[in-house]
Amino acid sequence: MRSADLLHLAAESLLRARLRSLMMLVAMAIGVAAVVVLTSLGEGARRYVTGEFQALGTDLLIVLPGRSETTGVQPGLFAGETPRDLTLGDAQALLRLPGVERISPIVIGSVPVSAAQLSREVPVLGTNADFLVVRNLSMGQGRFLPPGELDRDMAVCVIGSKVRSELFPDRPAVGGSVRIGGRRFRVIGVLSDEGRAVGFDLQELVIIPVRSAQQLFNTESLFRILVQARDRDATPRVRQEVLRLLTERHQGEEDVTVITQDAVLATFDRIFTALTLTLAGIASISLAVAGILIMNVMLVAVSQRTAEIGLLKAVGARRRQITALFLTEAVLLSVAGALAGLVVGYAVNWVIGRVYPALPVGAPAWAVALAMLIAVASGVVFGLMPARRAARLDPVVALAGRR
Amino acid sequence: MIELEGIHRRFQVGDQLVRALDDVNLRLDAGEYVSIMGPSGSGKSTLLNVIGLLDRPSEGRYRLDGHETTELDDDALAGLRARSIGFIFQSFHLVPRLTAFENVELPMVLAELAPAARRTRVTEALAALSLTDRAHHRPDQLSGGQRQRVAIARAMVMRPTVVLADEPTGNLDHTSGAEVLAALEALNAGGITLIVVTHDDEVSARSRRQIRMRDGRVVHDAPTPAASPAPAPGPTP
Repeated sequence: MRSADLLHLAAESLLRARLRSLMMLVAMAIGVAAVVVLTSLGEGARRYVTGEFQALGTDLLIVLPGRSETTGVQPGLFAGETPRDLTLGDAQALLRLPGVERISPIVIGSVPVSAAQLSREVPVLGTNADFLVVRNLSMGQGRFLPPGELDRDMAVCVIGSKVRSELFPDRPAVGGSVRIGGRRFRVIGVLSDEGRAVGFDLQELVIIPVRSAQQLFNTESLFRILVQARDRDATPRVRQEVLRLLTERHQGEEDVTVITQDAVLATFDRIFTALTLTLAGIASISLAVAGILIMNVMLVAVSQRTAEIGLLKAVGARRRQITALFLTEAVLLSVAGALAGLVVGYAVNWVIGRVYPALPVGAPAWAVALAMLIAVASGVVFGLMPARRAARLDPVVALAGRR
Repeated sequence: MIELEGIHRRFQVGDQLVRALDDVNLRLDAGEYVSIMGPSGSGKSTLLNVIGLLDRPSEGRYRLDGHETTELDDDALAGLRARSIGFIFQSFHLVPRLTAFENVELPMVLAELAPAARRTRVTEALAALSLTDRAHHRPDQLSGGQRQRVAIARAMVMRPTVVLADEPTGNLDHTSGAEVLAALEALNAGGITLIVVTHDDEVSARSRRQIRMRDGRVVHDAPTPAASPAPAPGPTP
């Protein structure tokens, strides 16, 4: 049969069985839309997280105390050793390494912060002036911590915009003062609204000089040290240097972990890719279900149309032609359903994009291709059995079907 | 030309062997007009199905226009059927969702004729059966007589050598039935062999050769008596 005729005949019978066709179309569309939307969400989450990390700069190294790369019990524990803390001295030594552009020591804790009658428990972060550059932050009002020696204690602070609106609802914050853990600090700046960070909201943060934070929390150690290399290509070398220097300073014990931003990025990338694949797998199940529905409905169509099949045979249809006719119907349906599903999927994506502008939703091309492929393949696979059954009907019996 | 030699058709129904055709020998020349009569279950429909290549004999030889058909496979039979045989059924068997035009076109679509040639032939066939103004109606918008005429148009577009009609007037009133018979007879006048299975003596009387069957056997085969249709012809001697 000419393919135009085949399409025409198949389309006619689909259009006449409108409700049945519509049901199959909807089933297939839901499957494809599910694949598109779910993979878009997974992919969106991946892009969101990697975007966040890239915003931090890929030339960044993070130094944390303790060895986290070794699995199992650390040998030091048996020898009665504990990992040494990172200190301000370590931080100052790192700054002198070649290839290191800036460093930012970090101490973090949570204490009550109050201004006038208003009090709130917020995270307090102790760091230095370079933190602003290292973390790509920008100021809304006033200025950031002043540059200077790391071990200088100053009673000044920079607050996040959310903290500002909560503690200074009706008066200017810059120039005012807050009490942090019983000590009075002068507010010298407010962070701008656009700060982004993984893990916690910078706008809920109070930033004070690192030495002041150590005194506040009564500690000599650092939570971690951020090291910014001069350029991205230098990071692996700088990482080695940092490890060597700290091992040397810690009496030959390699008791710190240095993570490069790239490594973190790659890890998250892997996790979220796995997530997306899992979601795609789950959504594909609904495609398979839609395929089985197509088979079911096509079987009904074959038994409803036995007389017609008998007639087709009487006027000279070959087995192959009847198979082709029913198969075309199944494939047409699944393709139409898949296209409808794409439209629905992209529409849902658009809505999600409107509701959560921060999430970069977008269906990955491979997922769209896969969904279409599975949809069409299930049309063929699940349409084949009913079509062959139709083709094998005995014309005499089939013609008698409606008499 | 149709030649049947020693045709048997047996069905197994439960544990009973039904002899639908029992040693049928027939020879029909091109252009004949034959009626087949007989009580229900006498095998006349089976005979028609065998002649129409829809059913295979269990035993015997069948030559259609010189082609030996008993050795052919399904697809070859379908091809021969498409070229040589036109069917008319009591219940019309039109495809309900296709228009009259499309129903008539169907055999040519299956035979992969070019669309332009198809259009010409359908238009001619519909005109010959005075259905031109019904071309784009669906079967449920047509009367019984019109439906059967659409079926006749469909049977003739492939220019077959044989037209097989199974109770063509069974579902029609007298006037429509007469129109349908006239249309079939016009085909026969054009040289097509016409075989009509019927219960109706009046229909049978219009044919030129009458065959009667009983229990799968041909019990009477003779030219139709020239007399005008008798009220009730007695049992054939």
